[in-house]
Amino acid sequence: MSASATRTTPSLAVFKLASCDGCQLTLLDCEDELLGLAGEVEIAHFLEASSAVRPGPYDVALVEGSVTTAGDAARVRRIRAESRHLVTIGACATAGGIQALRNLADVQEFARVVYARPDYLDTLATSTPVSAHVDVDFELRGCPIDRGQLLEVLSAYLAGRKPDIPNHSVCFACKRRGAVCVTVAHGTPCLGPVTHAGCGAICPAYGRGCFGCFGPSGSANPRALLPLLRRDGLDERAVERLLHTFNAPAFDTFAEERS
Amino acid sequence: MTHRGSRVLHVGSLSRVEGEGALRLRVHDGEVTEAHLNIYEPPRFFEALLRGRAHTEPPDITARVCGICPVAYQMSACAAVEDACGIDIPPEIRALRRLLYCGEWIESQTLHVYLLHAPDFLGCDGAIDLARTRRRDVERGLRLKQTGNALLELLGGRAIHPVNVRLGGFHRTPAPRELRPLAEQLRRALDDAWDTVRWVAGFDFPDATVDADFLALAAPGTYAIESGTPTVLRTDGTLTAFPVHDFPLRVREEQVRHSTALHSRLDGRRHLTGCLARFAISGRWLSRTAVEAAREAGLGDPYDGVVCSNPYRSLLVRAVEVVYAVDEALRIIETYEPPSRPYVEVPPVARTGHGATEAPRGLLYHRYALDADGTVTDALLVPPTAQNQGAIEDDLRRTASRALAAGDPTDAELTDLCERTIRNHDPCISCATHFLDLTVIRTTGGPDA
Ligand code: SF4
Ligand code: SF4
Repeated sequence: MSASATRTTPSLAVFKLASCDGCQLTLLDCEDELLGLAGEVEIAHFLEASSAVRPGPYDVALVEGSVTTAGDAARVRRIRAESRHLVTIGACATAGGIQALRNLADVQEFARVVYARPDYLDTLATSTPVSAHVDVDFELRGCPIDRGQLLEVLSAYLAGRKPDIPNHSVCFACKRRGAVCVTVAHGTPCLGPVTHAGCGAICPAYGRGCFGCFGPSGSANPRALLPLLRRDGLDERAVERLLHTFNAPAFDTFAEERS
Repeated sequence: MTHRGSRVLHVGSLSRVEGEGALRLRVHDGEVTEAHLNIYEPPRFFEALLRGRAHTEPPDITARVCGICPVAYQMSACAAVEDACGIDIPPEIRALRRLLYCGEWIESQTLHVYLLHAPDFLGCDGAIDLARTRRRDVERGLRLKQTGNALLELLGGRAIHPVNVRLGGFHRTPAPRELRPLAEQLRRALDDAWDTVRWVAGFDFPDATVDADFLALAAPGTYAIESGTPTVLRTDGTLTAFPVHDFPLRVREEQVRHSTALHSRLDGRRHLTGCLARFAISGRWLSRTAVEAAREAGLGDPYDGVVCSNPYRSLLVRAVEVVYAVDEALRIIETYEPPSRPYVEVPPVARTGHGATEAPRGLLYHRYALDADGTVTDALLVPPTAQNQGAIEDDLRRTASRALAAGDPTDAELTDLCERTIRNHDPCISCATHFLDLTVIRTTGGPDA
């Protein structure tokens, strides 16, 4: 790399597909770090935060949201072509998000329920993660993502190293936090054993079972959890609903791989 | 006279709004013939995917409609399902819900004031740009926003999509001692909130008036946030209220033939919900501190029932509402008594329930139909932006026409003016849940192609 290339300020772009804005808001919620970060990177494209927009290429692109229209499928290919590193942020971009529940249903039926003129709609039958369309350098999980993990990913890419995001489950975080296990102590159904860590085990700390908003962890098997969920009082439909909410396709794939 | 003849102005992607939208303005012989706020957020089908879910689920699921005001979705969802099931919530739990909601008001309104709206008045692209010349102001905003987030995190577990809210109350309620450090932070935030009012009061506010009826919840005795009765202030000054279950009969979305715009109308008239409506309808119920802040900001005396209908000055009203939310959060913490149980059971009843609360951006209505085992059979969500769409377009049309009549604005000047007009209304386009038919008539090709 030439000296001049290393001296230029790296550029950051934030893009949004079908989503709730929550994951990009996480960046603005880094109140203590925001101005420092803005001094280190050039925020080249971030519509929610700035009217100034500069065309690519970008060093790091954060993509929020899932692909649900043909236009967005094309857009994500353009974003990929313009970005050195592409990082997906959140369950929508990484697993299809809540809107992927349409993948299990009839999208025409969905459209009829909601719209007076469903024939006008420009939508695909599925909501797919960004990785179904282009290569992705890193996927950050969560609905929404965790602030600390986002800062780690950003500093890693700015420093030219791999992000250090462990792949273990919420159970580890519970132990670290010293939270009482809600399953053992109260028989509360909990997806913690199969859910990717990152939130710091918030739900068990607040006395509720994990509902899997970070998607599957790399180290556990959802099928093995099923008997426990049943023991804790969930019937078939309830189990299905629990697994099929914010990361439905990811939990499905995971279960298949492990079966 | 460049504005003679026809021209079309297209802003492909609006910035500093929540969610994604575009604007199209058609000018013919100096007359604005079309002003369209085009919302191209892809549909996410919330109302459809809620069908078949358990009655306990709408609070968590609908939070994901909008990451900017998840608490508003959780609170309207709880209100609607609890209404269906005929459950009254004990006052201690209601107070905690209001406290959580104050956190969202502080966070979300401050976000709008500092990061989205103020840059318009100071001629810069955004808050990060602003920080180069006015670092202390931006730092104050971030600090204030952080206080809102701290409140959300303590009560909700996290600031975006809190996990601690459940039907009937909370999973866990805090002990009074847990709230103490927060009270200290809020006391400091009260100074920041006051300084915000003084800061924005010094901005230059163009003259303008919105010509729409106002709709907000009212709860005489308090500034309505988490509950209240839908109340209409007509442009002729008359004030009427209607029960929340009449909402779908009164507020109707109409599809305009050959137009992209769906217009939501209240009794067939254009209406506006949000901070201007709240201030006009409930201003006299603000706390003493907030009333003083309003007077100091030059908004007049809320005890006299002042009405501010200048959309630019919504920035001031929002700043005053932040003072109120901080003040109110402190009051709730000081009088806090933990409920005997964190939640009440809400057994399902086969019935339809209605709920409305005041999201930072305006009245948010939910309706759910349940069957006997609590399965949701039908859902309807009417977010504030869907209601404001017609009034925003009307404001755009008027503002652009006036600019054209007054001079010869370039396309860049007109674009700037229109973008400001839209941001005045703080539209949260992410909450586009079912009024998205608008996307439809957009021309072929990607949204920002
Ligand atoms: S992952 Fe969750 S928080 Fe993030 S954009 Fe999607 S719905 Fe919003
Ligand atoms: S405990 Fe589970 S559901 Fe709760 S925030 Fe963490 S990952 Fe999400």
